[in-house]
Amino acid sequence: MSRRPSTFMLGGRTYSPAASLLLALPFLAMIVLAFLLPLGMLLHESLFVPSFNLANYEKVFDQAVYLRVMGRTLRISAFVTIITLLLAYPLAALMARTRGLLLAILLLAVLLPLWTSVLVRTYAWLVLLQRNGVLNDILFGLHIISAPTQFLRTEGAVVLAMSHVLLPFMVLPLYAALRAIPNDYVRAAQVLGAGSLSVFRHVVLPLSLPGTSSGCLMVFLLAIGFFVTPALIGGPQQMMLATLVQQQVTELLNWPFAGALVGVLLLFVLILVIAFNRVVRLDRFVGQV
Amino acid sequence: MLERTRTPVSGRHDCHVSIRNLHKAYGDVVAVKDVTIEVKPGEFLALLGPSGSGKTTLLMAVAGFDFPDSGRIEIGGQDVTWMPPHKRDLGMVFQRYTLFPHMSVLDNIAFPLRMRKVGRAAREERARAALATVQLEGYGDRTPAQLSGGQQQRVALARAIVYNPKVLLMDEPLSALDKKLREEMQVEIKHLQRELGISVIFVTHDQTEALTMADRIAVLNFGELQQVGAPKELYEHPASAFVAGFIGETNFWRARAKADATAGDETEVELDGGDTARVLATQAFRRDQAVQVAIRPEHVKLAPNASGMTAAIDDAIYAGSITTLLVKTKGPTLRVRLSTPDEAAATTPGGTLSLTWEARHARAYAVS
Repeated sequence: MSRRPSTFMLGGRTYSPAASLLLALPFLAMIVLAFLLPLGMLLHESLFVPSFNLANYEKVFDQAVYLRVMGRTLRISAFVTIITLLLAYPLAALMARTRGLLLAILLLAVLLPLWTSVLVRTYAWLVLLQRNGVLNDILFGLHIISAPTQFLRTEGAVVLAMSHVLLPFMVLPLYAALRAIPNDYVRAAQVLGAGSLSVFRHVVLPLSLPGTSSGCLMVFLLAIGFFVTPALIGGPQQMMLATLVQQQVTELLNWPFAGALVGVLLLFVLILVIAFNRVVRLDRFVGQV
Repeated sequence: MLERTRTPVSGRHDCHVSIRNLHKAYGDVVAVKDVTIEVKPGEFLALLGPSGSGKTTLLMAVAGFDFPDSGRIEIGGQDVTWMPPHKRDLGMVFQRYTLFPHMSVLDNIAFPLRMRKVGRAAREERARAALATVQLEGYGDRTPAQLSGGQQQRVALARAIVYNPKVLLMDEPLSALDKKLREEMQVEIKHLQRELGISVIFVTHDQTEALTMADRIAVLNFGELQQVGAPKELYEHPASAFVAGFIGETNFWRARAKADATAGDETEVELDGGDTARVLATQAFRRDQAVQVAIRPEHVKLAPNASGMTAAIDDAIYAGSITTLLVKTKGPTLRVRLSTPDEAAATTPGGTLSLTWEARHARAYAVS
């Protein structure tokens, strides 16, 4: 039972606090300049311009349209999280038990989309889903539909495309977590009388929980702030929070209100992360295996 | 420490394991070659061999984690060769610590009972009894990470016996522990096994461990079964030069048969270096055939009046009750064990000795 060392280890060497700070400095500088500073300015505008007031935040919660956008954003993000989890878990489980060429192919299939621009992947969905697109052609050819169906600018299409785009962020942490479960645990459970289903329920699933939760958290948070895909696939009726913020800034030049929207989103995300950490108790798994 | 009262956990004393003509290859590598072993009810059998000898492959086949290419495994009279592990009703303790990290110690022990649909109250009671059996009362609420390595293996043992499995399999369960703890637990496991009357198959590469614990030892090398027997039998009558060298300490001396001999004969050989000695032929030899003579350090004696083979003392290693001499003969350097202080006192490095042995202790094996 050893506590985590307070100094950082790298390749067996321990760095002094000063050296550690120096190594992290470029990153920290960028975080401060490019993230914390603009975010702070935006939040400042939402609260203190012209003087301290909560009018912008009241507006977020007063007007039904904004609450609807918020609700839709959460709903779509939740669906995307569930769908990616259902798609990713079996794949990650397979990858964790695979070696060699097949693993390389699977990993490539997961990573290749990550190396492709989100814009390109979203346009691919446009090609598939548009009125005279591939999906309509196929359904028409099979006589399932008699006239082209509207797929674009529906919430389902947004969920589908976002699930595809965000899938790698679910697969990778799940794969890492499942791969880290020693096979001896599975064998021990088997010999103790557990069939495949029981091994999964009582051993694999709980031990993969840290990976599952970090995957879900990552996908959910990325989905909440997602811009390109919902903006292109969805229409005004499928507007999500990021699009709303963009609209406020570029079209209405209402920086204080955009700041309030960002502030609400930020607060919500923080609460979610803290709650998640409480429930899953990631620290329980530190220091084992 | 084992005298305390315990709730007996076992009842089945009638299960024997039968491994028949088991064969398993991985690609071109033959891991187990036509091995047949019977484990009697209540017997502690050690599978002993160096790494790559096939002992683990054999255990994996008995556990059901791996299937043989041919051959048959029976447990308690039932053919289980193709049965999945969770239906075999075996207990197993692994080399690595395999307590489930997300469960408490008590939940770990209760896990196999839970899999067998034992009610909550009953399984908690039985888990507590098993925990007491391995002398860890009061540790039930801890997590595995809060226990030492030795404690974790005890809990693993409790988890493996709590449901009265037919047979207990152990895959080098003590190899991660330090020497002192290992020796303590060897005795403890042995006592527990006797008390429960359960059959045990225990894989180890440590011959001392096998000698200490096992009723019988099966020695394996390169996938082949070399010999099965009680520790005393293996030590005193090793069937091959490999067994002679693997179990206990042995000096080897190459030689040439001076006459034809049949197995069991005492015959004369010409040792490397030119000395002539009487040895026991373990198999039939022809005259001039190359043989290897195996002689234990404690069976090499000092000959009176320089009547034996001459040797120079290289070194004397004093270890309290015994002294081991390294002596340079005309052939190899031998280890000679002296157990009386008088004998040891008469020897000094640099001096010369005359050595002899009883023919029945010098076992000659054909060089293949």
